[in-house]
Amino acid sequence: MTRPGDLSHHTLSVLVENKAGVLARVADLFARRGYNIVSLAVAPTSDERFSRITIVVDVESAPLEQIVKQLFKLVNVVEIQELSPDASVERELMIATVHSAHERSQILELVDIFEAKILAVSQHRLTVSLEGRPDKIDDFEVLLRDHGIDDVQRTGRIALPKIGRQPKSIRTG
Amino acid sequence: MTRLNGAQALVKSLEAEGVEVVFGYPGGAILPVYDPIIESPIRHVLVRHEQGAGHMAEGYAHATGRPGVCIVTSGPAATNVVTPLADAMLDSVPMVCITGQVALAAIGTDAFQECDTTGITRSITKHNFLVTSAEDIPATVKAAFHIATSGRPGPVLIDIPKNIVDANNPDAYFDYDYDSAHMDLPGYAPTIEPDPAMIERAVALITEANRPVLYVGGGVLKARGAEALLDLVELTGIPVVTTLMARGVFPDSHELCLGMPGMHGNYTAVNAMQKSDLLIALGSRFDDRITGKIGAFAPDAKVIHVDIDPAEHGKVRRPDVAIAADCRLAIEALSQWLRANGYPSNRPDLNPWRSRLSGWQETFPLTYEPSVDGELLKPQFVIERLRDLSPEDTIVTSGVGQHQMFASQYWEFNHPYTWINSGGLGTMGFSIPAAVGAKTAFPDRTVWSIDGDGCFQMTGQELVTAAIEGIPIKVALINNAYLGMVRQWQDMFYDERLSGVHLSHDLPDYVKWAEAMGCAAFRAESPEEVDAVIAKANAINDRPVVVEFRCVSSEKVYPMVPAGGSNDDLIVDPSQRDALARQIESTRS
Repeated sequence: MTRPGDLSHHTLSVLVENKAGVLARVADLFARRGYNIVSLAVAPTSDERFSRITIVVDVESAPLEQIVKQLFKLVNVVEIQELSPDASVERELMIATVHSAHERSQILELVDIFEAKILAVSQHRLTVSLEGRPDKIDDFEVLLRDHGIDDVQRTGRIALPKIGRQPKSIRTG
Repeated sequence: MTRLNGAQALVKSLEAEGVEVVFGYPGGAILPVYDPIIESPIRHVLVRHEQGAGHMAEGYAHATGRPGVCIVTSGPAATNVVTPLADAMLDSVPMVCITGQVALAAIGTDAFQECDTTGITRSITKHNFLVTSAEDIPATVKAAFHIATSGRPGPVLIDIPKNIVDANNPDAYFDYDYDSAHMDLPGYAPTIEPDPAMIERAVALITEANRPVLYVGGGVLKARGAEALLDLVELTGIPVVTTLMARGVFPDSHELCLGMPGMHGNYTAVNAMQKSDLLIALGSRFDDRITGKIGAFAPDAKVIHVDIDPAEHGKVRRPDVAIAADCRLAIEALSQWLRANGYPSNRPDLNPWRSRLSGWQETFPLTYEPSVDGELLKPQFVIERLRDLSPEDTIVTSGVGQHQMFASQYWEFNHPYTWINSGGLGTMGFSIPAAVGAKTAFPDRTVWSIDGDGCFQMTGQELVTAAIEGIPIKVALINNAYLGMVRQWQDMFYDERLSGVHLSHDLPDYVKWAEAMGCAAFRAESPEEVDAVIAKANAINDRPVVVEFRCVSSEKVYPMVPAGGSNDDLIVDPSQRDALARQIESTRS
């Protein structure tokens, strides 16, 4: 199973103009050039003119340099930062509904170890959430799978450069 | 400052951008824009199909370097300009396309003649806009022209909902002031100036090379770099190949011009690149039609790649030196640094390389067998005669296929912006509307549209536009009764099993059809008739002319690199195959 933590994946933090259709332009570019997106998260920034798109890209589908350059040709893309795991802080959120009819105590133990949260409980199932580094979430998900996951949703990773670390950046003027 | 509605503001904005002609076709959603066109000094050319409007805008842009403009309505009109937009995108043609759109409130309701124009054209435009308020029109037009013409040029589309240009809508009025309209493009600033460090590294490679080739593409035309290129060539003595998109940027008559490389390039141009130790790529993009099998392309060559679009560097072939800059500025910088390094007095001796190239030129010139008695015309012969009998500054356009390759091979291009064709997208039917666009820009020059019978039947109706609007282009119709290039592939690679390629020499009757469209029309079938009909055609300037040249059906374009094959597997004309075999034998032993 490929997960955001794999070495063939790279995180790009893309500052875009906060305008209609910009996400579609980014998604279109990836589709048109055959680049794979592993995960993608979009949200406004503190400056209302811009949004930040955090994209985890599969660099086996194309060289990262080509992906970055093609992306930067989009008129609405203002700045691209390449975030390596050692120079950035990364977080992801997962919510999962797990079977707990027979092994509820084991699941609760996992929740405890990972410092996850319980969001909902029924007689046979539990909904849990975990926020953390993507690799930690990978581990948690793998362990939960042994118990049977009904539904799982991950946000995709978001990331910012570590304070004091200057990421490799492409920007205009 | 004037109080205008959106439609008036749009037309005024086009005037402010210096637009002298628009190619268009009205319809429901764009109707309000057509009203102020009546008072505008801008000429409106009414086409017969929106695809024609797009290609005319392209032809105008190719010929002048200024952005071509087309205006069409929503829905099917917008989808009809998709082909020209894609064409302009692949060939980096500056173009602004204005499409009508249903009223803002109707967008998303599947309204009559609604389609998602900006969605459909997203990947085939450099950028597109959906304008949502009348007062945004001036800044959007300004941004569209800026984006279309700066950096790597390309098509920009502006989609305009009907309500914001509607003279009856009070909200469509605002205080118009073009000069103060502000382009908000925080993410757009193309690199123009070359990096001196990269120029220095390029110069070092040039001074060490023994077998250099200047691999010149359409980017040098876009950068208006022909003079700078000539200076660089004369300074360095480095031979030049000009790609299909660059024919004319360097004179074919120059002793250092090797002509066109690629799938149907001549032997010397193809092999100069293959055997080169330094390719200096200027505004060219290592297209598959140039490189053949990429792993076998120019295996010993280092690469200097100048392109204003940094994404071209390393897209196909990894350069040793990448220069992201305007080609003209980069060429001038190279010449300047070379002069500082003692050029031309102590430049390396390229004579061994040049004599090898001239040996190839002597042994493997472009060639064909002339028609024998009773045989129909050879297309190569027709193009040679057209070339020799037409004025020096003639502009030539072509469609796509065999006639295009013959035109590029056999015309002698000695001036920039005299050759206009569809290289990247390979759009059949490009020739006639592109010729109309070019002739609109240069009414006093001869414009020959060299066209095939397949292409002619796709866009021939634009000759009605040409006749009615007084744009007297000339069409040389190479009628070989087949989709010639497809037939060539079926002959060569599908055991002569012809499938879906036969048209007809006689249907339609091209002379009658051309006359019905208001053109003068002639037909030639034998070599003796050719000069006379060309002379007649060149003498007519009051209406378009169509000359149908009835040509043999089985002629093949040589040389040819088979699709997917290496450039080393070039198939030459049958008459040169013994010589090629001997040459291969001698290099082995």
